[in-house]
Amino acid sequence: MKFWISAAIVLAAAVAAAVTVKNEYFFFAGYTVLVFVTLATAWNILGGYAGYVNFGTPAFFGLGAYTAAVLFKAFAMPLVLQILAAGVMSGLLGLAAGVLTLRLRGIFFAIATIALVVIMETLFINWRFAGGATGLQLLRPPPMPPFESYIKMLFVLAVAIAIVAVAVARWIEQSWIGRGLRAIRDSEEAAECTGVPTLRLKLFACTVSGALMGTAGACMPMYLSFIEPASTFNLNYAIGALASPMIGGTAHYLGPVIGALILSTLQQVVSVTISSEMNVLVVGVLLVFFVVAAPEGVLGLFKKWFRTSSK
Amino acid sequence: MPFSFELLLEAIVFGVLLGCFYAAVSIGLSVSFGLLDVPHVAHPAIMVFGAYCTWLLGRLGLDPVLAGVLLTPAFFLLGMAVYRFYYEVFEKRGSDAGVRGIAFFFGLALIIEVGLILAFGVDQRTVEAAYIGKSFSIGDMRIPMRTVVVTVVALVLMTVLTLYLSRTFTGRAIKAVAQDEQALRLMGANPMRIKQWAFGIATAVAAVAGAMLIIIGPVDPGMDRAYIGRTFSVVVLAGLGSMTGTIAAGLILGISESIVLMQFGASWAPAVSFSLLLIVLGIRPQGLFGR
Amino acid sequence: MKALRWFAGMAAVFAMAGAAVAQQPIKIGMSMPQTGGLGAGGKAALVAIRMWVEDVNARGGLLGRKVELTAYDDQSNPAMTPSLYTKLLDVDKVDLLIAPYATVPTAPIMPLVKQRDLLLMGNFSFQVNHTVKHDKWFNNAPWNNAASWFEGFFQAGQKAGAKTIAFLAADQEFAQNLANGAKELAKKGGLKTVYEQNYPPTTTDFSSLIRAVRASKPDLVFVASYPNDSVAIVRAVNEIGVGEGVKIFGGGMVGLQFTPIMESLGSLLNGIVNYNSYVPGMNYPGIEDFLQRYAKKAAAEKVDPLGFYLPPFNYAIGQMIEQAVTATKSLDHKVLADYLHKNEMKTIVGPIRYGADGEWANPRVVMGQFRGIADKNVEQFRQPGKQVILYPEAYKTGDVVVPFEKARK
Repeated sequence: MKFWISAAIVLAAAVAAAVTVKNEYFFFAGYTVLVFVTLATAWNILGGYAGYVNFGTPAFFGLGAYTAAVLFKAFAMPLVLQILAAGVMSGLLGLAAGVLTLRLRGIFFAIATIALVVIMETLFINWRFAGGATGLQLLRPPPMPPFESYIKMLFVLAVAIAIVAVAVARWIEQSWIGRGLRAIRDSEEAAECTGVPTLRLKLFACTVSGALMGTAGACMPMYLSFIEPASTFNLNYAIGALASPMIGGTAHYLGPVIGALILSTLQQVVSVTISSEMNVLVVGVLLVFFVVAAPEGVLGLFKKWFRTSSK
Repeated sequence: MPFSFELLLEAIVFGVLLGCFYAAVSIGLSVSFGLLDVPHVAHPAIMVFGAYCTWLLGRLGLDPVLAGVLLTPAFFLLGMAVYRFYYEVFEKRGSDAGVRGIAFFFGLALIIEVGLILAFGVDQRTVEAAYIGKSFSIGDMRIPMRTVVVTVVALVLMTVLTLYLSRTFTGRAIKAVAQDEQALRLMGANPMRIKQWAFGIATAVAAVAGAMLIIIGPVDPGMDRAYIGRTFSVVVLAGLGSMTGTIAAGLILGISESIVLMQFGASWAPAVSFSLLLIVLGIRPQGLFGR
Repeated sequence: MKALRWFAGMAAVFAMAGAAVAQQPIKIGMSMPQTGGLGAGGKAALVAIRMWVEDVNARGGLLGRKVELTAYDDQSNPAMTPSLYTKLLDVDKVDLLIAPYATVPTAPIMPLVKQRDLLLMGNFSFQVNHTVKHDKWFNNAPWNNAASWFEGFFQAGQKAGAKTIAFLAADQEFAQNLANGAKELAKKGGLKTVYEQNYPPTTTDFSSLIRAVRASKPDLVFVASYPNDSVAIVRAVNEIGVGEGVKIFGGGMVGLQFTPIMESLGSLLNGIVNYNSYVPGMNYPGIEDFLQRYAKKAAAEKVDPLGFYLPPFNYAIGQMIEQAVTATKSLDHKVLADYLHKNEMKTIVGPIRYGADGEWANPRVVMGQFRGIADKNVEQFRQPGKQVILYPEAYKTGDVVVPFEKARK
């Protein structure tokens, strides 16, 4: 209950901000951060709970983005339907990738997802209708009331998508599915022996995770009014999605959220202040620091700190 | 364009040369990932680092192949250190090493990449040697010398490693540790020591591979990203840890890429090799040459 | 007496504060790719813009106010630019905007400037205003539509009596746009396409592609490539050969304008006919002086030491802003845009007049042929004649040498 109340408060605050705040920078920057919150949360469902590393975030994200862009170009479909369709397509991609490789050890799955990114990018480079390699410029329709500008509408949508993603992750974590996934992570053989339907659970997690990544990508073409393969299937999305849960903590559904907030806020700040290669370095150093020194992430550090201070 | 057997033959020759290059850049990974089961996604980054070291030595007038060989002791030590660290932090702790191990190497790759940018800038680098930019003719066919040099080096590396792994005591121990760590422990050997040694060798080989990288073409710091997929593909296709398999898998990728580039839509080339990988993973996960 | 002195002191402080209010700087904002794929070019371009800021401030600023430049790094990533430009507008409150180098980072900010009706000085992007149709967009690049790029290439081809053509293009945004323009012109000129291939940007070795080009026996070979591939292609051509029949080779190879690449390829460049924005020998007033001063800065900042391609045109952006603001005595975007539309701009890259779409009314893409280049010599490229200007007519310094194999020697 507490979760839903806080979720409602966050959403209400987002709407209120969209109606009252004038400074649009807040929404542009916030939107980017929210995309990473969703991606990290989605990644954690398979990576954090089940221990299967997905390097293919750009494939799912990009397929979602292109699904939305193509539907918009072909049928001028409303944004909400674009998002749903993007989720379905990326979910199916997740299922297909899972069927092919989730029977194998985690590292094989990780390699397969790298291959997936290349295949997806090649596909869209060669699809002329979707703009091919030159990309596609899209003219945004006017925003829906009560929003006065399109970016504010996208911002509220991104908040809603992030909340849905976190809610799904929370539900999985707290249900028998989450217990099953954790059992798989600890020891797949043991889980199999105690009657956990390991393959089906993994497929489910992979599908849900892919679908959520797809919805995260769905608003991107409208955000940029532009879509092009090289930047859509950019490895940065894989880095962000993987690093955020590692930094925030993989055990709890709030871990990826915290990690993504820290990481992408830091990146926004670094890119307007120091403005250089430091950006990538920040990610690399944080990533190595946390996996080595604080394997339970920021959340783990907090817990430890609370325990020692309450003693 | 018209199809001709002559061209197909040339595509295959270029493919073989390209394939040997792919094998050369994957051999190190075939040891570290294939035999030792370390999810070494920083392998290509270390290779690019090796390429830059080669470039530095090249400025002193050293031949790139020689430079690559000279780098091996330093890289061997570097590899030992990296593995030791990985072992202490992840393997020893046991559970959940998978995800965190991959994340660790991923972070390492990013740090190497940025380190190279900070040290050398974003511009691409090239080396010079007598065999770079020259070619020789067989009939109507002209073959670049640099690809031949890379092929020779790849074959030598492969032979040496195969002999080392099957003929020497340490080599056999490395193979043993890959197959059954427990048994080795019972025999009184320390698996960690052997793995550390093997990882050192894998990293030394990566230095030579880095030299091959800069012989084949210009190198820039972000290049490792494109090679993560390629090298892991080769190792998985080969069947983990199989040296002859690595050559064969490299050849398959090289030849298919070359034929697609010459005869069909070149833009499909990356998709072809990676689809091949997905299919193999789906049908025969132990790889084409694995047991 | 003491009190009086104190009073005078305070008055002086107030007077200075008052002057500072009137002297508030004019803020110009932009993002520039300083890392990532476009980073090398972007850094060099930024040096030139900063030089203009220094120059204009040394002259006393604009409208008596100092000019201040804010430039963020967009990492060559289009996903970054919308938030950076809204920060410039809403947080930093800049007065004027300059676009980032290249099309991809610029495309996402076009709707933003259109919606807010702002003046945007374009920066070497290509047809980015095509769908948005913003009336306050002014590109500094010496081209307009795709055809304007390669008139020179096809004119030279026609003179050489070419009948057939082969196309080789990278599967990336800019290269594809170039290739599409060239294909249009080839069709118009009645050339027969004997080979057409798009190659993926991660291609390792170009031997097989070049071999396939040779097998198709074309008269012209048109290449649209990115810096890394350009180097690999030139080398592969040297090793494999494109065949005796090829009359002209080149066209749209990005990278052959950048000094480190020109230096490392050296004599392999000879004979190649390629596009450029400026080459020595085009006597625009003021450019010699600019390049000399740029060379010193570039050495200190470790960027492209010659800086022919982007820097002069980025300096020109500043000059155009200066001319428009000084003439209209205004910072109003509409007033400035009107001025830019109606008047000829005087810059170090020659006079510029704008068409309705904010691109150059009279494009001036140079088609040059590399000749007599030696290995390992940066300074040689400063001499006129190392790149013989075949086009545009007004700046022509020689005729094309064919066939390609002969021109290479």
